[in-house]
Amino acid sequence: MKKMLLILSSLIFLGGYAYAEINLGAIFSVTGPASYLGLPEKQTLEMLVDEYNKAGGFKGEKINLIVYDDKGEDAEARKKFLRLAQNDKVITVIGPTRTGPSLAIKDEAQKNSIPLISCAASKVIVHPVNKFIFKTPQSDELAVEKIYEYLQKNKNKKVAIITSQDGFGDTGRNALLAEAKNYGIEIISDERFKDTDKDMTSQLSKIASKSPDAIICWGIGPAPAIVAKNYKQLNIKAPLFMSHGVASKKFLELAGSAAEGMYLPAGRLTVVDKLSDKDKYKPILMDYKKKFESTYNQPVSSFGGYAYDAFMLFKLALEKGGKDKEKIAEALENIKNYVGSTGTFNMSKDDHNGLGKESFLMIRVKNNDWEIVE
Amino acid sequence: MQFFYSGLTSGSIYALVAIGFNIIYNTTGLINFAQGEFVVLGGMLMYTTLTILGLPVSVAFLVTFIIMFIVGVVFEKFFLRYVKLKTETNLIAITIALAVIMRGIAMVIWGRDSLAVPPYIEDKTISVIGGSMNSQSILVIIVCFFVAIILSSFFKYTKYGKAFRACYDDQTAATICGINVNMIRMLSFAIASLLGALAGAIIAPITFVTYTDGIMAGLKGFAAAIIGGLGSFWGGLFGGFALGVIEGFFAFVLPSGFKDAFAFIILLLILFIKPTGLFGKKKAVRV
Repeated sequence: MKKMLLILSSLIFLGGYAYAEINLGAIFSVTGPASYLGLPEKQTLEMLVDEYNKAGGFKGEKINLIVYDDKGEDAEARKKFLRLAQNDKVITVIGPTRTGPSLAIKDEAQKNSIPLISCAASKVIVHPVNKFIFKTPQSDELAVEKIYEYLQKNKNKKVAIITSQDGFGDTGRNALLAEAKNYGIEIISDERFKDTDKDMTSQLSKIASKSPDAIICWGIGPAPAIVAKNYKQLNIKAPLFMSHGVASKKFLELAGSAAEGMYLPAGRLTVVDKLSDKDKYKPILMDYKKKFESTYNQPVSSFGGYAYDAFMLFKLALEKGGKDKEKIAEALENIKNYVGSTGTFNMSKDDHNGLGKESFLMIRVKNNDWEIVE
Repeated sequence: MQFFYSGLTSGSIYALVAIGFNIIYNTTGLINFAQGEFVVLGGMLMYTTLTILGLPVSVAFLVTFIIMFIVGVVFEKFFLRYVKLKTETNLIAITIALAVIMRGIAMVIWGRDSLAVPPYIEDKTISVIGGSMNSQSILVIIVCFFVAIILSSFFKYTKYGKAFRACYDDQTAATICGINVNMIRMLSFAIASLLGALAGAIIAPITFVTYTDGIMAGLKGFAAAIIGGLGSFWGGLFGGFALGVIEGFFAFVLPSGFKDAFAFIILLLILFIKPTGLFGKKKAVRV
């Protein structure tokens, strides 16, 4: 009996090898507080892998996608990553969704020599550069540079900032303070708010008393919508800028008419319908949007786009480097001029994100909808 | 001056929560840490009835109140009454547990996004001396005073109000006098839940409603109740406005990141100097 089992199991084992597939791992926050980010990423990746396999796969070999949920937690991401590395023998991991979990598995990815293409925003994931670590979303710093560039062009020098007291607000605030000099901008007021605060007129009236040329608010959730309302209530003349964190229909719904005339940097997917036909990103975005919306019957979000780019980069690297993990990492580092959903990726030894300022557009709220400014 | 009006707006929210704490404290001597969740549920039910079901405002309020009254009754009748060892600590711990459960349920039903409830009166900015206020905020402040007047006269002058207070003073004595203590306790939770719903419903157009809002509303409301003195409605009202204005003031004069810290330092000072709160009375205990 024991012998039989042994033979049987070795048969299965060998059989598994005979039909070897390419194991691609993914970790997303499908449940938990970041599920609105993680779910579209998972859906996008599954859709693309399915499509790739139907088209014949890589030299006849199919991609076997293994997706795990990290619930947005660091420890969970670590556990799932080790499982992908040791049990599932994946050649690349896409994700995680959030910055914390991405940082938590960074060392493990290097130890196991597995290329990691993160879908989280923070710059620290790829800075300092690590041979195996890449990421697809734009860093928050690029959004800041986009706003400053616009202000510089309009000769606005005195800027007041009001940022939320959480991870997103802190990153934004640091970038706003650090980049100001490079654009000849002076920060004349630096106010904070909690994302649970219900009234920001105190901070805003203090800002107004210093008569800035522009106000920049950095936060996510309902608090920035309250800032927009209070800004209108105090009848402040200086234009209001916000981060890409509020580039969602949900925000427009919350802020209502108070958002009118407000500026923000946003990815192209947010305004895909309004892009001119000459825009080189439009075909890719429209194609992705149509496929996603017909498959899942729900509107596309820019977060899914991060997974879209991650898979496309992996595909390019696979086709160039083959199934070897080191070669994939090398191929990823050498990707140039890949036009993705978020922007044009130009990877290099010093930049494992590869996106530039042009991945953001400056948009304005008009009639409770977006309007492209430049 | 704007910080003063800003403080009144957030203060009125704290005040309404603080009054909710006081209703239950005045009859049972308990602190109900789910008061913030009552507020959230009220706001979310208004969203459901008004925005999703499209009911007229008056019907929406009525439906919300009825549901929340039932929630309050269930809260006391099923979860607090059948506790074996009814010490204050046990019961308070149960209110914390229920707060977490209610937050979870709200997340499952209404999701994680913030919900916007349409304004009940025309949304406009009113200029006042040295600043401006939103018409919605003024409505909330008026409701605040209205509630404090009604509740304090109810507790002071009506037969039922006196029964509520008798329960707080001595449950055994109250039972001997023919007061149905269980009924009164249940009613106090039902009224607090209803008041929470009213608070949630009227502040939702200004602040939106998110399932996690209850934590901060509960904490700040509790602080307001302590500042004013537990058990006093006018104290709760004053405490709420004081906390709001102090916060607004510190946000205005200091780097605004420290405003919460300073508001709570004031709370500590009050507890050091006058532990019963500004309007609180000490419960007389016969030794």
